[in-house]
Amino acid sequence: MIVAKRKPFDEIKSLIQGYKKILNVGCGTCVAVCLTGGEKEVSVLNAEIDMARKLDNDPIEIDGFTIERQCDREYLAALDSKVDEYEALLSMACGAGIQFLAERYPHIPVLPAVDTTFIGVNQDVGWYEERCRSCSSCVLGWTGGICPVTMCAKGLYNGPCGGTNRGSCEIDPEQPCAWYMIYERLKKQNRLECIMKLAPPSEWANQVPRTLIQPGYKKPEKKA
Amino acid sequence: MKSGSNLEKILQAGHFAFTGELGPPRGTDAEEVRKKAGFLKGNVDAVNITDNQTAVVRMASWAASLIAIQEGLEPNYQMVCRDRNRLAMQADILGAYALGIRNMLCLSGDHMKFGDHPNAKGVFDIDSMQLIQTVKRMRDEGKFLSGAEIEHPPKIFIGAASNPFADPFEWRVHRLAKKIAAGVDFIQTQCIYNMEKFRNFIAMANDMGLTEKVYILAGVTPMKSVGMANYMKNKVPGMDVPDEIIKRLKGAEKGKVAEEGIKIACEQIEEFKTMKGVAGVHLMAIEWEHKVPEIAKQAGMLPRPKVD
Ligand code: SF4
Ligand code: SF4
Repeated sequence: MIVAKRKPFDEIKSLIQGYKKILNVGCGTCVAVCLTGGEKEVSVLNAEIDMARKLDNDPIEIDGFTIERQCDREYLAALDSKVDEYEALLSMACGAGIQFLAERYPHIPVLPAVDTTFIGVNQDVGWYEERCRSCSSCVLGWTGGICPVTMCAKGLYNGPCGGTNRGSCEIDPEQPCAWYMIYERLKKQNRLECIMKLAPPSEWANQVPRTLIQPGYKKPEKKA
Repeated sequence: MKSGSNLEKILQAGHFAFTGELGPPRGTDAEEVRKKAGFLKGNVDAVNITDNQTAVVRMASWAASLIAIQEGLEPNYQMVCRDRNRLAMQADILGAYALGIRNMLCLSGDHMKFGDHPNAKGVFDIDSMQLIQTVKRMRDEGKFLSGAEIEHPPKIFIGAASNPFADPFEWRVHRLAKKIAAGVDFIQTQCIYNMEKFRNFIAMANDMGLTEKVYILAGVTPMKSVGMANYMKNKVPGMDVPDEIIKRLKGAEKGKVAEEGIKIACEQIEEFKTMKGVAGVHLMAIEWEHKVPEIAKQAGMLPRPKVD
């Protein structure tokens, strides 16, 4: 899932400075699962904003509305009848959701209340770890299912570098060395030949905006 | 002859090579480079010019390499993958060669987290293995990584680093084999303190026939103090400092610790000279360049052979 974290409160406060009536739009998908931007988080943030602005003698009218998926037109339509009542929209969705919101209502400022952080997994309640940078050419097949792009601090394809130490990465003893893990796993599977050959320089497909159209599907409808 | 550099000639003639290291200044003073070069001149066959070492910004490695050339030293131009992408790297290689640089050391580079710009965007567009391959392709095929032709290809003697101590230990020799397959001509190792482990490493490399394909220069850094030894042991990633070394330094008379450090280094060098598969020594006297003449003399490395 996509993991995001709430922006520092002061930053949010300065983003919405000057607006008197705003709608905070949550998202019920990834950001709700990672406890950042679902219904509950929307009401918590709204209460904080309300209180802070009262203390500043600058009251604000702030409503909340959480939709199923902000990165999906179908669900966004639920907002069409409401948005014009507000001066600005605050969004607690991931970057994709926020942009989709901004695109649908181009006449209204849309402001992010979260920092979209990574594609990751849930390790424990409230604890998430990055696992993929959507690099567009997945190498997990020959790296024992461990992603060197994400988990190696240098994103090496021919590691481990000289900094690996007793299984830790040079950046932090608490951070396991991805290449140490790759080696260990492949050794257990008797597949060390996977990393004996030289991996060629990566074709960084994620350097341009990427588009995917599944075979058999036409280009999606032109946006308004 | 791949490059015709002095280092290549020395190694090819079968001499026991001796390289040094020079860290460029954190400013613009060319005099500082010249001063350090003065201590190294005549005492080493080539000198590594570090590239933003430990991720701290310094005078560009190619620029300091040029000053070294002016001072009559042969540089070994270090290049890390951390700071530039494949375009910048190849451009720098062309420029470096055009201005007389003939040896190059291809490195991943320390993570920016350690340096003075911890929030920098690490580039790592290609890794050290791929950089070796790139330089080899430029030299031997006269082609850029993209396949486009180079008009006058750079003839570079290609080096890389190897850390025989970082885990997984068995993988270290394989990684060396990979670097050889990528096209490396010489290897300089991480500073060696654990001689036992290094003997194992070189024995494995000998058994696999690797030492016939590449010149290995053993890394030596004399310890200046007990504090430095403890720091290396505990704080420098991938470093293996056995307790005996620390004990020996601690046992030295007051004011004689550095002397003991140099003595240990010289003993190591004596052993490397007789070790099968070791083609020379790379002396990294970090911020201790002025001690190089003394160490070179004490280790019996002088005078340096002349080759044409
Ligand atoms: S290699 Fe890593 S970053 Fe690339 S797609 Fe696979 S998991 Fe994601
Ligand atoms: S120590 Fe391992 S994870 Fe860390 S940068 Fe080096 S190879 Fe990558």
